[in-house]
Amino acid sequence: MRLLTHNMLSSTIKGVSNGFPLTIEAAKVVEKQVDMNSDFLKNIFSKIEWKPFVEAAKTLGFSELPEEDVQPSLLDSHEFLTKFHHALLEIHLEEGALVCPETGRKFPVNKGIPNMLLLEDEV
Amino acid sequence: MPSKIADIRLVASHPEVYEPCDDSFALVDALLSDRANLLKHQPSLCLEIGCGSGYVITSLALMLEQETNNGIHYFATDINPDAVAVTSETLKAHGVHAEVMNMDIASGLEDRLAGLVDVVVVNPPYVPTPEDEVGQGGIVASWAGGEDGRSVIDRILPVADKLLSEKGWLYMLTLAANKPLELCGLMRRKGYASKIIVQRSTEEESLHVIKFWRDPDSEVQIKKAAANRGNPTSVFSRFSLLSFSGNGNASSK
Ligand SMILES: C[S@@+](CC[C@H](N)C(=O)[O-])C[C@H]1O[C@@H](n2cnc3c(N)ncnc32)[C@H](O)[C@@H]1O
Repeated sequence: MRLLTHNMLSSTIKGVSNGFPLTIEAAKVVEKQVDMNSDFLKNIFSKIEWKPFVEAAKTLGFSELPEEDVQPSLLDSHEFLTKFHHALLEIHLEEGALVCPETGRKFPVNKGIPNMLLLEDEV
Repeated sequence: MPSKIADIRLVASHPEVYEPCDDSFALVDALLSDRANLLKHQPSLCLEIGCGSGYVITSLALMLEQETNNGIHYFATDINPDAVAVTSETLKAHGVHAEVMNMDIASGLEDRLAGLVDVVVVNPPYVPTPEDEVGQGGIVASWAGGEDGRSVIDRILPVADKLLSEKGWLYMLTLAANKPLELCGLMRRKGYASKIIVQRSTEEESLHVIKFWRDPDSEVQIKKAAANRGNPTSVFSRFSLLSFSGNGNASSK
C-alpha cells in the first residue's frame, strides 16, 4: 500500500466523526522503484493532506519531506519533486495496520492490502 | 500494434473467486473499443469496484500503458478477501500495479477520493436472487444481486457519482434483468448522459455495458422539464428513446 492510498483512506466506523488520517503501525516496509511523472505529481499535490502525509512517511522511515511552508512553488524544484514522488509512490506498507484515530480499531494490512471491512456492529 | 489485455493464462484463481467469464470479457471489450477515447481523456486516477480475479483492472492498466510513466494510477476494491489477494497476484503476473483494497464498495475512500476519479469500472453482482443471498460473502457475493439483481448496483451508483471527477466516466456492466433503461434514468437525474457501448447476448444472458458521463445539459433539461410538466416519468421515457439509439457493438462515445 502506497502513501498515496493512505492519504485517501478513512475509517468509516459508525459514530466516528473524523476517521482521517489513519495512524500507521508498520511491521514491514518495502520500496519499489517507479518512473517519475511530474504532471501527475503537480496535479495531485493540492489534493494531498500534507501533515498526515509527512507523518506517514516518517513512520515508514522517510523524513526528508518539508513540514512547513509547503507552497505550490515547491513543485518547480526537481529536488522536492523527487522526494514527493518517492514518498507518495515508491514506499509501500507491506505488513502492519492502520489505526482509526477515534476508536483505536486496527485495520490490518497484509501483503500490502489493507482490510477495511467493518463488522456488523460497526456499520 | 494490437493493444494488450490480461492474458487469461496469467490470471490467478481461487475456488472462492469469480473467474473471468462472458461478462468480464464484455466489459474489457467495451473498454478496448473505447480505448482511443480513454487515452485522449488522460485519466489520472482509475478505480475498479469488485475486482474479483483482477482480469478487468489488469486489462485496463495494460491497454492504457503506452509508455511506462504515463501518470495513470489505479485502485481496485473487492469485498471478498480472497479476491483482493488474487487480483494482486494477477497484477503482478502482468507487471502492472494497482492499489488493491478489501472493502465494501469504496467505503474507506469516499471522503478523500470524492471528485478525483476519472474512470470507474464495475462488473457488479447482477444476478437476480433472493435478498438474503446478498452479503453472504465468498463466491456468492460475486453474483448475488437481490431483487432484479439491483441491490449492490443501486448502492454503487451514488458512490460512483460521488467519486467521479467533473470529467469522470463510469463503465458498468448490466444484465437485461437489471433494467438498464431505469439505471440510465436514475443517473440522468444525477446529471449524467449515458450510452450502451456493448450489447451482447449469450445463451443464458443478455449483457450491456453502459458508459455514463456528466452532461451539464441533462441536468438543466431535467430541471426544466420537471418544472414545466411536474411529471418526471415523461422526461424519463423521452430520454430512453434518445439513449437507446445506438446498438450493437462498439461505437465511439
Ligand atoms: C461479477 S464479479 C466480477 C469480477 C471481476 N471484476 C470480473 O469482471 O471478472 C463481481 C465482484 O464484485 C465483488 N463484490 C460484490 N459485492 C461487493 C461489494 N459490496 N463491494 C465490493 N465488491 C463487491 C464480488 O466479490 C466479485 O468479485
